[in-house]
Amino acid sequence: MHKTQTTVIGGGLLGMATAYGLARLGQKVCVLDEGDTAFRASRGNFGLLWVQGKGYGMAPYARWTRQAVALWPELASLLLAETGIDVQLRQSGGFQLCLSEAELAEEVRRLQWLKDELGDYPFEVLRNAQLSQRLPGVGPAVVGACYSPMDGDVNPLKLLRALHQACQLQGVHLLSGDKVMGIEAGDNGFVVTAGEQQVRSEQLVLAAGLGNRELGAHLGHAIPLQPSRGQILVTERVEPFLSHPTSTVRQTDEGTVQLGDSAESVGFDDGTSTAVMADIADRAVRSFPRLGNVRLVRAWGALRVLTPDGFPIYQSLSKAPGAYLLSCHSGVTLAAIHALRLAPWIAGKIALPEVAAFALDRFNFAPEVRHAG
Amino acid sequence: MPADSLFIQLPTDSPCVMIEFEGQPLAVPSGISVAAALLASGIRQTRRTAVSGAPRAPYCMMGVCFECLVEVNGVPNCQACMVTVSDGLKVRRQQGARALNALAEEGAHDGI
Repeated sequence: MHKTQTTVIGGGLLGMATAYGLARLGQKVCVLDEGDTAFRASRGNFGLLWVQGKGYGMAPYARWTRQAVALWPELASLLLAETGIDVQLRQSGGFQLCLSEAELAEEVRRLQWLKDELGDYPFEVLRNAQLSQRLPGVGPAVVGACYSPMDGDVNPLKLLRALHQACQLQGVHLLSGDKVMGIEAGDNGFVVTAGEQQVRSEQLVLAAGLGNRELGAHLGHAIPLQPSRGQILVTERVEPFLSHPTSTVRQTDEGTVQLGDSAESVGFDDGTSTAVMADIADRAVRSFPRLGNVRLVRAWGALRVLTPDGFPIYQSLSKAPGAYLLSCHSGVTLAAIHALRLAPWIAGKIALPEVAAFALDRFNFAPEVRHAG
Repeated sequence: MPADSLFIQLPTDSPCVMIEFEGQPLAVPSGISVAAALLASGIRQTRRTAVSGAPRAPYCMMGVCFECLVEVNGVPNCQACMVTVSDGLKVRRQQGARALNALAEEGAHDGI
């Protein structure tokens, strides 16, 4: 039996950022990571640090996201100093390209709502001619774009690796390869069973993505989470041509270009489909015609972890004191705030009134289903 | 580690074809891949990587590892292990990431 102060279930971006934050505060932390049979959203994402449009319909999430990206330089420099890994943080601002007047009008309406709610919410609306000056190579099919200086990107795989390495250096114990089959909550904390391993701890953090449904049930809580599949295409490496991320086309630091971003409700199928890949490619080529001659080298599907309203859950569980349920589908954008604010809150070091907006009980009163925020 | 080529050309009845590598003519057996032809000709380096600029040569020989990228008849980033040699084929090293603009008017990859 391992003994530790806090057990974190989930070795993805959310779990590792939280574990890292707790370990930095001197906690003894054990992370249970299921293994490659898990859905692994953190290995399939797009790498954006995206603010514009997030939190439409829920201003606290927009504020939380803005706070998160403001903390990102601190996280990136901590990771670089501790691990030597440069996660390629680029906070250059980002473009949401619109291929019809209707798309552009809807985007502007959402950003205006956010600006009205938040006050300070910088964005610009650019027509094609202006946009071509700012983002060379954009095609004539792009009617216009919204630009926000708040947006950016990182290399998400380097981020995951850096968090794992930083955790290791901070003494976090990582147990990989076994799925959690049981959680016992008692007066002295929790005993988590995964394969042959057992871990006893005072605190428990559930950060297992879609697996949180099952884990929450162990503790008597229904966790409303659904998968939403996104497919991503990756091109061969090309010389740098794209100075800023867009929400559908992003060039990585190593030269490949990622194309996304679809959303499908197909249950737990994390495969790919020709029709959706064709749509993604078509949109990318209309956005940047020069991509028409570029080879694709990889494609994959990954499952977003979505609540009914698309916003995160940060909840201290009432039926299991000492247990926290964390869920989000923006583990990259929010990594800094998870490590540097949420973890200190879980450790009891700081008050964090903002998290009240992300409580689980909001779903008892808000059955309305909305697309991802 | 010795860097001598471990590739020995087996006796073959295949007629030879002439390809070019970096402008130099090479006589190679027909029916084999460009990657095999380059290795059998004693060529050690077939590209520089896009990330670090390190020299590389064909590795997996089955279309998986992308170490054998070369320029074939002006088309960049071709997997040499997936292209069969043919008379007059012009092969160059893939030096880092390919340019995007260069290919804008060139047509498609279908010719290989």
